[in-house]
Amino acid sequence: MTEGAVEEQVDQPRKIKLVRDLPDKLFRGVASAGGVTVLLIMLLVGTFLAIKAAPALHQAGFSFFTTQAWNPDGRHFGVAALLVGTVLIALVAVTIAVPLSTATALYITEYAPRRMKTILIGVIDLMAAIPSVVYGLWGFFFLESRLAPVAAWIAQHFGWIPIFKVKGVDGHQPISSLTLFTSSTLIAGLVVGMMITPVITSIMREVFSQVPVGEREAALGLGGTKAGVIRTVVLPFGKGGMIGGTMLGLGRALGETIAVYMIISPVFTIQPHILQSGAISVSSLIALQFAESNSFGLSALMAAGLTLFLITLLINFAASSVVARSRSGASS
Amino acid sequence: MSLPSETAIALPPAPPSSVAPRRSGWRPADTSPLAVLSAVRGSSVATELRAEEINAWFGDHKVLDRVSLTMPTGQVSALIGPSGCGKSTFLRILNRMHELVPAASMSGRVMLGDQDIYAADQRVTSARRRIGMVFQKPNPFPAMSIYENAISALDLTGVRADRVVKDFLVEDSLRKASLWEEVRHRLHQPAGGLSGGQQQRLCIARAMAISPDVLLMDEPCSALDPTSTRRVEDTIGELRGQVTIVIVTHNMQQAARVSDRCAFFLAAQGQPGVIVEQGPTDDMFGSPRDQRTRDYVEGRFG
Repeated sequence: MTEGAVEEQVDQPRKIKLVRDLPDKLFRGVASAGGVTVLLIMLLVGTFLAIKAAPALHQAGFSFFTTQAWNPDGRHFGVAALLVGTVLIALVAVTIAVPLSTATALYITEYAPRRMKTILIGVIDLMAAIPSVVYGLWGFFFLESRLAPVAAWIAQHFGWIPIFKVKGVDGHQPISSLTLFTSSTLIAGLVVGMMITPVITSIMREVFSQVPVGEREAALGLGGTKAGVIRTVVLPFGKGGMIGGTMLGLGRALGETIAVYMIISPVFTIQPHILQSGAISVSSLIALQFAESNSFGLSALMAAGLTLFLITLLINFAASSVVARSRSGASS
Repeated sequence: MSLPSETAIALPPAPPSSVAPRRSGWRPADTSPLAVLSAVRGSSVATELRAEEINAWFGDHKVLDRVSLTMPTGQVSALIGPSGCGKSTFLRILNRMHELVPAASMSGRVMLGDQDIYAADQRVTSARRRIGMVFQKPNPFPAMSIYENAISALDLTGVRADRVVKDFLVEDSLRKASLWEEVRHRLHQPAGGLSGGQQQRLCIARAMAISPDVLLMDEPCSALDPTSTRRVEDTIGELRGQVTIVIVTHNMQQAARVSDRCAFFLAAQGQPGVIVEQGPTDDMFGSPRDQRTRDYVEGRFG
């Protein structure tokens, strides 16, 4: 009888009880508290936004996502133009920042002599530390006046491509005024691009430098050129990190406020012509209007903010899952 | 102990005139299958490799002192000796991998046929193409399939080839590495799914695909189990005569089994490594002239 019972136990997984020591308990407690706090903060921000946004969302219904106007007092408002504007600025930023970051990261990891490497890494960290309001100033007072002629040239010669079209420029007439080209999506996007370049560069540099020495040497040992090694070993290995870095940069670009606010002149209809004066983004609109809004206006702004919050969250999750699944994310 | 020396006689004749010009251009002007094939494979001949008065340093630290060694055409030369005596450094000097290490430097000449691979007019990539290398740890490209791995050298050196040529090169190189039968039905699966020994033979295939004149092997079996080791050793036996092989090994039995000639490296405490004795493997193991060689091959130190 007893033998049978023992046999039965042997055939089943045994329960193992874990006894933790006090230091381990303490440490575990502190670490868990940190993790839980971060989750809690995110939850609080989301809930706060959702509660505050509820009146405006209730009032506008689904038209909130299709309306191209921002007039909460007239009960006529929606995020259609805002979202398109936000995404356009972010796309311009990413289009500029990703090639720049890739080249910089490759230069640092593959080509730069050691001293140059140290200097560049320092400069890029510095670039990340410059406050966005300074980028805004630089964009507004320096870049804009110099970029407007370039934009004018592009509009005149490539105006037939829809996004480069500017109203009042047909390619034959001389351009009447450069003010057509200031405060545009392009300029805002360029400045935001400068701001997200350091983040993307750092992440790419990190993954490129983790390429296993064995693979690198294998490629070189086969007579591979530097370019060949980059193409066959470094970039495939770094792919996950490149995508992840780009997504993180995109997330930041979507949320960038002050620099965009300083540069653009707001429009509330969908403005797909990136060279033309007039642009908008969710966060710059909030910065622009929150001080002078009544409670319903604030609720509308909260709703816009909530939309952006959710989109950014989604992008960041997508980014981290891509990075986690790639080889460069896991230290293999 | 070592294989009979007939293998050396069975070598294909080596017309030296056809060796130099075929590599100089490398990129075939004509991309027809035949042209690419001949550009990639050319008149594949094993070539003698001769190191002359090699010194090597890492920073101020001298690790090799006036090492000279001739590695005869189509034979297997084994470099033996205790850890830290400079064998691997010497091997990496033979195909210019040494200079990848920051602060590494060397002097002396490495003659491939009648050409010094360190000469000013020599491209480092062309030296490495002609002198292939297999590393200690199997290092196939993990993101690539077996097929892509086998012909990765084409892509790395910017040679375009069409499907027929690629298929041919893949089968041919995998056969040379005695891997074809095991992988022929899963050529397009990732190389990471192979066993360690298969991965190492894939690395041999990858190096053989561009028909090097010399194949260097840096302890190719030290990360493998005995069965895989045996397979790699058999592969080395198959390649004898087709390519000049230089193998670094810590395993005395392996050196005795696979090599025609041996060179015994030794570094006295704090001194750079030197070759104590070199010669036919039979003599090195059967009747070594130097007492230190005798002690080492009989396992009394190192």
